Parts: sequence; C-alpha cells; structure tokens
Amino acid sequence: MLDVINLSHTYGAGPQAHQALGGVNLHVAEGQLVSVVGPSGCGKSTLLRSIAGLVRPTGGRILIRGAQVDGVPDDLAVVFQDYSRSLFPWMSVGENVELPLQRRGLDRTARRAAAAEALDAVGLGNAAAKFPWELSGGMQQRVSIARALAYRPSLLLMDEPFGSVDAQTREDLEDLILAVRGHHRMTIVLITHDIDESVYVGDRVVALTKAPARVAGDLQVDLPGPRDQIATRELPGFVHLRAEIGRLVRGKHADLLPNLLPNRSVH
Amino acid sequence: MTSTRVIRGAIGVAGLLAVAELAGRTGLLDPAVVPLTSTVVSDTVGLAVDSEFLTDVSFTLIVWAVGLGLASLLAVSAGMLLGSLPRAESAVRPVLEFLRPIPSVALIPLVTLVVASDAWMKITVVVYAAMWPVLINTMYGLREVDPLAKETLRSFGFGRLDVLRRVSLPSAAPFVGTGIRLAASVALIVAISAELLSGGAGGIGVYIIKAGSADRVDLMLAAAMWAGVLGLIVNSVLVRGQRRLFRWHEART
Repeated sequence: MLDVINLSHTYGAGPQAHQALGGVNLHVAEGQLVSVVGPSGCGKSTLLRSIAGLVRPTGGRILIRGAQVDGVPDDLAVVFQDYSRSLFPWMSVGENVELPLQRRGLDRTARRAAAAEALDAVGLGNAAAKFPWELSGGMQQRVSIARALAYRPSLLLMDEPFGSVDAQTREDLEDLILAVRGHHRMTIVLITHDIDESVYVGDRVVALTKAPARVAGDLQVDLPGPRDQIATRELPGFVHLRAEIGRLVRGKHADLLPNLLPNRSVH
Repeated sequence: MTSTRVIRGAIGVAGLLAVAELAGRTGLLDPAVVPLTSTVVSDTVGLAVDSEFLTDVSFTLIVWAVGLGLASLLAVSAGMLLGSLPRAESAVRPVLEFLRPIPSVALIPLVTLVVASDAWMKITVVVYAAMWPVLINTMYGLREVDPLAKETLRSFGFGRLDVLRRVSLPSAAPFVGTGIRLAASVALIVAISAELLSGGAGGIGVYIIKAGSADRVDLMLAAAMWAGVLGLIVNSVLVRGQRRLFRWHEART
C-alpha cells in the first residue's frame, strides 16, 4: 500500500539547516494500522506531511500503491492534532464533514447522507447543525475523524490525533478508531509520541530515532483483539512491548540490556 | 447593566445641552454668534421634515454609498490579489505606503480637473479615502489565515483557488468587515468635506455652506447634528451586521 524509501528532509539551508528525516524506510501493507512513535521533535510530523504531499521531501521517494507521491495524493485523508484549527469555524459540523465530499463528485443529498452516517459512526449523530466551537475538544476531534471517514480514503493519516484531549477522552477516541477501522477497510498511519498508545492501537509499531529520524525498530503487535483499555494494558506482552519501544525511542537499544528484557518475542 | 449605562449617557448629553443653553441665556455666550441650544435642537427636529434638506441628505448618501461600494469592491479584489501573491505585495507596498497618507481632500482640485461630473468627482475622492482601511484589513486578514486550515483543505486534494475561495476568503471576512465599517465612517466624512470644499448641486455640506452665507449659524449646527446622527446610525448598523455575520469569529476570540 505505502512504501517510504530512504526518505530524508532538511529544512532551510546553510548553518540554519535542520535535518528532520535522515533516511526513513517503511513499508505498510494494505489494511494495516501502523503506529509511528518517536521522541518529540524527531520529525514524525514531517514524515506524515511528506506522505500527505504537504511537504516536498528533499530526498528519497514515497510510493502509494506503486505510484510515486508528487503533490497531494488522491484518496487520502489527514486528521491533525489541532482540531480547533483544522475544522472550519464558519461552517456547521455537518458542512465541515460534507465539504471534502465535493471532491468525490457526490451530489448534495448524497453528501448529506454520507456526512450523517459518518457523524453517527463517531457518536455525534445529532450535532450536524451545531458549530464546531460549540462542542468540547473531544467532540471536535470526533468531527475531524468523521470528516476523514466520510471521505472514505484508502489511506488515513493521523498526526498526534489525541494529543490535545484529556486522558478519558483519549481512551474513548482510541477505542473509536479501533471500532471504525473494522467497518471501513482502510490503511492507517498514526503518529504519536505516546508509547502506550502506539502499542494499544497498532498492529505494528515503528519507532523512530531522534532527529534526523531513522527507523530505530519495527515491532509486530500480536496482542489479542478486541483490545480493552484495562485488560490489554495489563497483558505481559503489552508491558514487554512498551518497555522495548521505550528503550528504542530513548536511543538505548534493547540489546544493551539483555537481563532486563530476556525475551523479544511477545504473544 | 446596559440600561444604567444608557441612562448615564443620556444624563451626560442632557447636562451638556443644559449647560450650553444656560451659557447662552445668561449672556456668557452671545446668542447672536452661538445660537441657543434650544434653537439648534428645534431646528434639527425641523430639518427632519424639511424636503429641501432631505434632498441634500440624499445627495450625500448616494455619493457615500456608491463610493463605499466601489471602494470595497476594488480594495477587496486588490487585497486578495496582493494577499495571495507575496512577491507582488512587496513590490506594491512602497507605492501604497506613499499614497496612503495623502489626504484625499487634497486631491479634490486634481480630480475636479480630470473628472467632469460633479457627483463622480466626489465619488472618486470618497473611493480613494475609503479604499485604504478595506485594503489594509483584507491584506492583514489573508496573512492571518491559519496555515493548518489551508493544509487541511489541501490534504483533501483541493487546489489553490479552492483554498482561496473556501478557506482564505471566509476566514479573512471578519477583517474585511471591520475594514468596511471603518471605511463607511471615513467615506461619510470625506463626502461631506468634498461638498464643503467644492460645493455642487446638493449635499449636507452644500446645505451648510448655504446656511452659512445666509448667516444662519443655527441651521449650520443643525445640519452638522444630522451628519453626526447619520454617522452613528451607519456605524451601529454595520456593527450589528458584523456581529450577526461573524458570530463564529467572536465566539472563538
């Protein structure tokens, strides 16, 4: 589905230059939910923006279904962390969700129906007439998610989608993502700095080093489904993975601490 | 809360009028030079049904409305163009910075030479003066558009024109609204100034000149009162319109 090949990106030039990505390689299979985790400022967002075609990387290539990304790819949606800036305040919730559907060539009734269905799916079935700023933060992020779902992208990118909501809302939204991906066949790349979250929602976790980012580790998450906020998080497999990713993210590879982590495989 | 403020304001106005009236009655101010407040107030009321004065008001309002409309149209288009083309903006900015401080009334003699029609001469001067607040606010509003809002639309595959039309324009609209409201007051001042300076077939300014040459200071003051009242009405209508139209903007800031 998605191939990132030796991707590098440098902002600016000369002594002010900042290299955000230092050769990232990544393959995401169709239908997978991959969490990308890394320390703050490591270039995670640059990676996501490059995939979305919003940033033109200075080196390397990105392929979506074999086609090189050049500009914003079709059939892709992004959910940003900052919902209050990403939703349009002059439009109602329903209009916000409908807007991208104009690109799908749907007529007004079809757009309205698709928006209503997506809002239903995120539990905001009766908020269509409200304005985004009349809703709580968590509800606003649900609207962003509904907008992305209604568009029915084959690739959904999420940039720290739960970074600006409280802990309880965060758990609800994590479960929402897990629930909706069951209905919609799509590939999801979720960027986060929260290691627990990366394991909890992911089929696979890709850990990045600090900037210039490279892939520090790529771990399969073989936890049983459906996941549960309490039961899943107390599984030994979850705890092991979390520890291992923590070390990867901090730059100390697990190999350096063989006694603490005797077994890399998880069940 | 607001009603007590209104009452206090009314007391202030009444107090000022009473003091001025007293100054006239006691001979502190010579009523032959400065007419009694009561005379001016009753003249002001009288003008509201004076058909000659009302014709003059309509002259002024037409110049004002056409001037403001043209200025808004021109300035919003120019502001959008400059706001979305930063290179063109940096080339044009010095020219704008030079033209902006020129008082529009200083252009009246020049415009009179170029534009034959009296009404269009005044409209031209009004357009010149009213353009600036709209232009500056439009450019500012476009600069303030949230880059993330634009990226959101782009990420759904919308092109540059769509981003301009669906994100930049609506998000700059409250700033444009403020610009138009400021321009409306400027336009009224300049319309009446142009009438005072160059006369013409009619207008509040023309009425004031006529009253002056007939030595009717009371009517001059009464007409000036109406100019002030018009300014107040225009401003409060626009404030209300802005509040209603851009509720989303106020709710967020």
